[in-house]
Amino acid sequence: MWRTYACGMETGTSRNAGRTTGQPAARPTGRPTGHAADEPVWIGLPPGLLRMRRLLLVVWLGSLTIGTALLSGLLAGPGWAAFALLPLAVLLWGWPMLGRNWRSWRYAERADDLLISRGVLWRKETVVPYGRMQLVEVTSGPVERHFGLASVQLHTAAAATDARITGLDPAEAERLRDRLTELGEARSAGL
Amino acid sequence: MTTPSGGARGAGKDAPVLRERRLHPVTPLRRAWAPVAVIAGWAVHDPDQAQRQLTRLTTTTLLAVLAAAVLGAALYGFLSWWSTHFAVTDTELRIRTGLVFRRTAHIRLERLQAVDVTQPLLARVAGVAKLKLDVVGADKKDELAYLGQEEARVLRAELLARAAGFAPETAHEVGEAPARQLLHVPAGVLAVSLLLTGATWATLAAALVVPPVLWFATHSVWTVLATALPLLGAAGASSVGRFVSEYDWTVGESPDGLRIDHGLLDRTHETVPPGRVQTVRVVEPLLWRRRGWVRVELDVAGSANSVLVPVAPREVAESVVARVLPGVNVPAGFAPSPRRAAWCVPFWWRGYGLAVTDTVFVARRGLLRRSVALVPHAKVQSVRLEQGPWQHRRGLADVHVDTGADKTVTARLRDASEAAELLYAQADRSLTGRREARPDRWMA
Repeated sequence: MWRTYACGMETGTSRNAGRTTGQPAARPTGRPTGHAADEPVWIGLPPGLLRMRRLLLVVWLGSLTIGTALLSGLLAGPGWAAFALLPLAVLLWGWPMLGRNWRSWRYAERADDLLISRGVLWRKETVVPYGRMQLVEVTSGPVERHFGLASVQLHTAAAATDARITGLDPAEAERLRDRLTELGEARSAGL
Repeated sequence: MTTPSGGARGAGKDAPVLRERRLHPVTPLRRAWAPVAVIAGWAVHDPDQAQRQLTRLTTTTLLAVLAAAVLGAALYGFLSWWSTHFAVTDTELRIRTGLVFRRTAHIRLERLQAVDVTQPLLARVAGVAKLKLDVVGADKKDELAYLGQEEARVLRAELLARAAGFAPETAHEVGEAPARQLLHVPAGVLAVSLLLTGATWATLAAALVVPPVLWFATHSVWTVLATALPLLGAAGASSVGRFVSEYDWTVGESPDGLRIDHGLLDRTHETVPPGRVQTVRVVEPLLWRRRGWVRVELDVAGSANSVLVPVAPREVAESVVARVLPGVNVPAGFAPSPRRAAWCVPFWWRGYGLAVTDTVFVARRGLLRRSVALVPHAKVQSVRLEQGPWQHRRGLADVHVDTGADKTVTARLRDASEAAELLYAQADRSLTGRREARPDRWMA
């Protein structure tokens, strides 16, 4: 039923893992001792998501800046064109923010659970045991597809579980899905 | 888990003929109310037009219309009764309904969370009962309405026995598992406890104060009525309504789970199977504290029952909790949040507390109305750590524990490093807790 992408697994993991090592992002410090073997190997997101988000930011806010400048400049006078600085400021502020947010996203597959960590100001870290997964979903919208991206979402019996990894390589997303389903079946538990 | 026991499979082959049954013949009468209710609803919704329409009609046409409506409803009721069948197989309960739009529900017995027998007042007069089935993930509850009183009891016992893993040939004989009474709430205690509940007085005060104020402000009868009626309704529901529904609350223990029987007018008999309770909450309102009373609430996946004990002394309530979650004691000591939590939640931070035993994750919240939530480690679906910017500056974080009943228990404002440790430790604990958890078929 599931298609497997064995080669995608190799490349996806090694490339991403290699890239992640250069990220000294804020890590959870209080790891329990005696779990050295189970130390999570964090994997970051490929740069495609950042590219897509930055492009969308520039397209939307850039056109808003130009539109505001032209409209207010022509209709109300050149002084009013200063209003265009507002979206421009948002654009300039958003550019590094997107980078920060993108860098904060990472996930790790441990022996029995999946860890997802994200957010800079609002930090969130989720642990989902494989045995609790009810459904693993791979989605890819039209824009995401254009940039070659896919997201993986895990559903458990609790709707509050927001375990979602966006902006993955489609091959990596499929590998993750297959691996999670496999592990979920092996460790499945009732409610 | 999904394979039936050898005995069940053998019996299934021996008895391939499915005995389909119908509901109690009184059922069609229930449907006959529908058109009357529709007309009444229309009249209430749009009273002016209803009156105009009514004055135009003569008495004979009115009677004819009414007769036609009742006849049509009776026919509809009869046909829907005629087309509704149910059958119990080794693994499933099958319900076939619908005259035009056919619907067949196959309810897997091993996924059955609870079976409740309820008897509204009229049903009690007619000697029939309604069987409600709780299944995980189903938005709409399947119910069998109505069955004969005796039939409903026998069917419930059979369903629970089969769900619990008894072989079908003995399922009939197990019958109603004998119940041992654990707790009975006297009417006087219930009444006093409701009088000592702030919500009762708040709604009552609102119902008495708001309408006169509105009258002075607007002098419009309709505005006053439109606000007074819902307020009075809410006040009634939270005082008299709760008394009526929680009257004669009895909790009994039987092999198929905890039995909860209650109700003054509408009798309800609920069963909470063991091992399916996701969260237990022990609530202690401010005014009950001097008397040492508590209220115990439950979260069961796919079930609406939420109250286990409406009011009881703490020791009694804790002994009942120990029956629902075997081997669990409600911890007395909680680790409070660090002092700097006052920067995030002033004053109320003192209410937050956390305790973790080897079987449950316990979080306390509330200062005046204390609420202690217990989640067995085996029921944890996922664990989340969240930290907002303000909390980040103070070195604090929240840890959320999600359960299968779609409820989240939160340990708020813990020290950040402690929270990070807790996150991983809790994930590990729920893994081991799950390995030792009871099987789905708890009596097998």
